[in-house]
Amino acid sequence: MKAVIAEGLIKTYNKGSIKALDGLSLDVEEGTVLGVLGPNGAGKTTTVRILATLLAPDSGRVSVAGIDVLKHPDEVRKIIGLSGQYAAVDETLTGWDNLIMFGRLYHLSANAAKSRAIELLEQFNLTEAAKRPIRTYSGGMRRRLDLAASLIIRPKVLFLDEPTTGLDPRGRQDMWGVIDDLVKGGVTLLLTTQYLEEADHLADEIAVIDHGKVIARGTSDLLKKQVGGERLEIVVENQDLTAAKEIVAQVSGGGGINVDEGLRQVSAPVTTGSKALIEAAKLLDEKGIHPLDIGLKRPSLDDVFLALTGHVAEEKKDEEVLLTQGRKRGK
Amino acid sequence: MNAISDALIITKRQLLQLARVPELILFSIIQPIMFVLLFRFVFGGSIDTGQPGGYVQLLMPGIFVQTVAFTLAATAVGLTADMQKGLIDRFRSLPISRSAVLFGRTLGDAALNIVVLTAMGLTGYIVGWRPTSGLFNVFLGFSFLLVFGFAMSWVGVLIGLSVREERVATNATFIAVFPLTFLSNAFAPTTGMPKPLQYIAEWNPVSTMVAACRQLFGLENQFGATAGSFPSENPLMMSIVYMILIMAVFIPLSVRKYNNSSKR
Repeated sequence: MKAVIAEGLIKTYNKGSIKALDGLSLDVEEGTVLGVLGPNGAGKTTTVRILATLLAPDSGRVSVAGIDVLKHPDEVRKIIGLSGQYAAVDETLTGWDNLIMFGRLYHLSANAAKSRAIELLEQFNLTEAAKRPIRTYSGGMRRRLDLAASLIIRPKVLFLDEPTTGLDPRGRQDMWGVIDDLVKGGVTLLLTTQYLEEADHLADEIAVIDHGKVIARGTSDLLKKQVGGERLEIVVENQDLTAAKEIVAQVSGGGGINVDEGLRQVSAPVTTGSKALIEAAKLLDEKGIHPLDIGLKRPSLDDVFLALTGHVAEEKKDEEVLLTQGRKRGK
Repeated sequence: MNAISDALIITKRQLLQLARVPELILFSIIQPIMFVLLFRFVFGGSIDTGQPGGYVQLLMPGIFVQTVAFTLAATAVGLTADMQKGLIDRFRSLPISRSAVLFGRTLGDAALNIVVLTAMGLTGYIVGWRPTSGLFNVFLGFSFLLVFGFAMSWVGVLIGLSVREERVATNATFIAVFPLTFLSNAFAPTTGMPKPLQYIAEWNPVSTMVAACRQLFGLENQFGATAGSFPSENPLMMSIVYMILIMAVFIPLSVRKYNNSSKR
């Protein structure tokens, strides 16, 4: 059973001069996580806004949990949760005030709103900050409260628009943990992200979008196979290049070794991750070679795009400006 | 029923904001009080109204109307801020009545006006304002002011939903309201204006409101009845017509704009 279906979505802005979505289609199986991966301006936010009833497409069909979004938006609003790129809560009020307000707006009774707020604050580790105004929260705390607000009614389908953009590494780790728990609880989730690593970690399936269209779709393993997975990279002094090449060949099993003499860099795809790194370091040490740099390079969004489209992920500036205007806010 | 309770939740949010940041109330009342004192003591001495009690009797209704007219700005700026922060998007993703957010805000701004008008009335009393029409009419006058503020608030909703930046909202509303309140009988008689301006001033809803309030507070409307125009002869009736007109135009326009607000 598909929890989310979008078919042939087209959306233009500025009287057709900017094409945000160009026939985008995707679907999400019930109880699974779809990661929508793409650069800024690819159409991620527009897609989420259409699915979450905030925006009508120029054409196309959308349904959530079998309900036609365009015909019965009010029914859809009762079963979805939305948490956006910009944490949308009232900063003057406390975390508690916000959760109570949104609970009441979901038509919970005063008591039900209170007990749900207590639960959510506990679940998101915000109990201590509950009585503080949101403007005193860290970026990560704001996001968690924003997410909590979108979970008040235990939505069947959850939309998260770039849930970790702008967070520091710790905030991102926390957020991943929170989302992991939600997914274990069985929610159907569509999340957008600019980070392959994030989609890889959180999503069952990934849809890569570019210029308002899905250009590839599959599990992260499948995508990585297309992209080439992790690479071991070693930079050494010129005289050590040959020796380094032998070591890399030994560690990687031989295939696809790339030597860049200008950069004095040897690289090759590896499948054993950090094990390969340690092994290579050990072998270098045994031969008395001191690498200038050594590391594992994970494929980035750019690598995915390069592999899929032959060009790097470029930002469509116009649309981005249009979409974020009026929604920008200071850090 | 849900539509009303939804709106009241939004109103409650605004009142909670005032409770959490009491400075918001303080600054909402400081400016009007400052205006009362400035006009009373800077101009009051040199303007001879020929009425018992002097300029302050004419001034207070004018300054009340000016203040509630400026509700428009508060509403517009508040809404633009909510849009910028994505809060309006969240509200629109909730299963609530489409107009609840807007009614909630305009009611919240009206509630703040009760506080502001009370503070101004007391200040006026201290500096010599003495309505002579009896408690009921004074109450009626203040109710009139509240409804007028509510109507102006809806103009602010449309402006707030139409601009993209808080600063633009601030400037746009200032430009809209300032001439409206000064091109009127609020602070000086319209007789001193060039003829065409005098007609505009007398048809200005601010003027009819000021004249109506002067009547309700027990004062001959000396500043108003000048060119003998219809509004200056029938200020009470015209004020009611204006309030209904403003709401009849701006409420539906605003609600429509709100429903389409993310299409920009």
